[in-house]
Amino acid sequence: MQGPLIESLARQGVSRRTFLKYCATLASMMALPPAAGLAMAEAMAAARRPSVIWLPFQECTGCTESITRSHSPTLEGMIFDMISLDYQMTLMAAAGFQAEEALHNAMKDNAGKYLLIVDGSIPLGQGGIYSCHAGLSSLDMLKEAAQGAAAIVAVGTCAAYGGIPKANPNPTGAVSVSDIVKDKPIVNIPGCPPIPAVMTGVLAHYLTFGSLPELDDKGRPRAFYGETIHDRCYRRPFYDQGKFAKTFDDEGARRGWCLFELGCKGPVTHNACATTKWNGGTSWPVESGHGCLGCSEPDFWDAGGFYKALSMPADPLKFAAAASVAGAATGGAISLANRAKKGAARSAHETITLADLEK
Amino acid sequence: MNELQFLTWVRGPGLDIAIGIFLLGVIWRLFEIYTLGRRKDLAAPRRAAGASGLHTVFRRSLPPPGMMKRSPVSYIGGYIFHIGLAVIVFLGAPHIMLIANLTGLSWPGLPAQIIGLVTVVTMAAMLAMLVDRINKPAKRFLSTFEDWFTWAVTFLPVLTGWLTVQHLLLPYTTMLTLHILSAEILLIVLPFTRLFHTFTLFGSRWYNGSANARKGVPV
Repeated sequence: MQGPLIESLARQGVSRRTFLKYCATLASMMALPPAAGLAMAEAMAAARRPSVIWLPFQECTGCTESITRSHSPTLEGMIFDMISLDYQMTLMAAAGFQAEEALHNAMKDNAGKYLLIVDGSIPLGQGGIYSCHAGLSSLDMLKEAAQGAAAIVAVGTCAAYGGIPKANPNPTGAVSVSDIVKDKPIVNIPGCPPIPAVMTGVLAHYLTFGSLPELDDKGRPRAFYGETIHDRCYRRPFYDQGKFAKTFDDEGARRGWCLFELGCKGPVTHNACATTKWNGGTSWPVESGHGCLGCSEPDFWDAGGFYKALSMPADPLKFAAAASVAGAATGGAISLANRAKKGAARSAHETITLADLEK
Repeated sequence: MNELQFLTWVRGPGLDIAIGIFLLGVIWRLFEIYTLGRRKDLAAPRRAAGASGLHTVFRRSLPPPGMMKRSPVSYIGGYIFHIGLAVIVFLGAPHIMLIANLTGLSWPGLPAQIIGLVTVVTMAAMLAMLVDRINKPAKRFLSTFEDWFTWAVTFLPVLTGWLTVQHLLLPYTTMLTLHILSAEILLIVLPFTRLFHTFTLFGSRWYNGSANARKGVPV
């Protein structure tokens, strides 16, 4: 299935108009100027499908599940198909040696040009034995595949920041892609899982402009991760009015009030859920009545409890008893010292007699 | 360390440490002060009407005759910012949640807008008192480093809290972190500076009042 993208789209019954609309939507979603929609359409229509190698490491396949399932009937899903996905363990029909052959062929044929997508963290503990396939540890496989990659897309919080495997106490010594690869452009698309449209948006940008989109200080595309969930949340007016749901089934929850007090991490989480939503724009976590977990932020798992409000301390009285005892002991010791000093002064006191004064 | 990790630290280990040092310091200082003891006064007491520890506790909250005219900023500003701080700390909804989380005790708070107004008034009073301290030669002469330091340590949590709620200056995450951090610095500093008057104020007034009462002097 080689040839320009527009031909394979036409074969699948996608009209030029639908395709243009899709490009315009993507361009506006990424806050690009209107002309970029057309440029995107032209570039993508003419694009030879770039080779994409998708390496899964220490992950749960949730990222793949999210992208395939929620988008298979949409245009995004087809764009996804239109990329020459040369290796994706979960989706590919080939297995075993056949699959490895496909991987190595793709790496050889497209050396320096292929896009490497990684999901899952890379365990370094015990020499990386926690995640191996085809006789290679994830670490070796990533190093090998990264050498010939034009760019790397770290999909999901595990690949981007270490994610759940890195959660305290990090038994496997998990690290992120950017901890290992230092000499290639890396885009982080964090989320647990990430929003499918965000991934296709980044790929479309790459196809159109031949470069990766503008990134923030955590390596995320600004177009999707530029604002917090809280900034764009439809429940924000209730926050500003001080109307909070206190439990998941009280009057406030039924009225759709702010979930801040139930532990919503929206104010500190940068992602596009509030605007792009999930499942083809059906809903998103806060709309379904649950606070944001903060899954697109590094170490969200260890951010002090999902159901504790951001203003709540994690475990404030940890040292309280020990500190009180230490305080009482210090105070007691000083008080004893003071008493001893007073006693010494009293016993050192000599009574002066009249005879002393007349000396 | 990114800003979320920093926030997690100030909410977790940072607060543990601050509350630990606060409790240690408070218990230590109270123990030390109240076990000092005094020699028994063998003289016969001379009681006078209106002279007692309790009287003094209240009387010292009122300006002595003529002082209100001489130092209005100290008295009016002092009243405003002390009451303001108490309102913010004990009637602000997020602070009540914090106390409920720590102790299980909870009570109704004031609306955020009113707390916001009180905060602005409190900051204005504190700034006026700072300017007064700088401008009045006698006050400036009597001020030591500790006075400027404790002013700053008290002012910062109010300022950062207000900026956090109003979403001003820095991103919410950073501002909230700075607010909690500044409150932690206040907790650590409190037992070891003149801010310890929050605990000793009424006790020392009572002590002085009852000592004076024995001498028959209502002050």
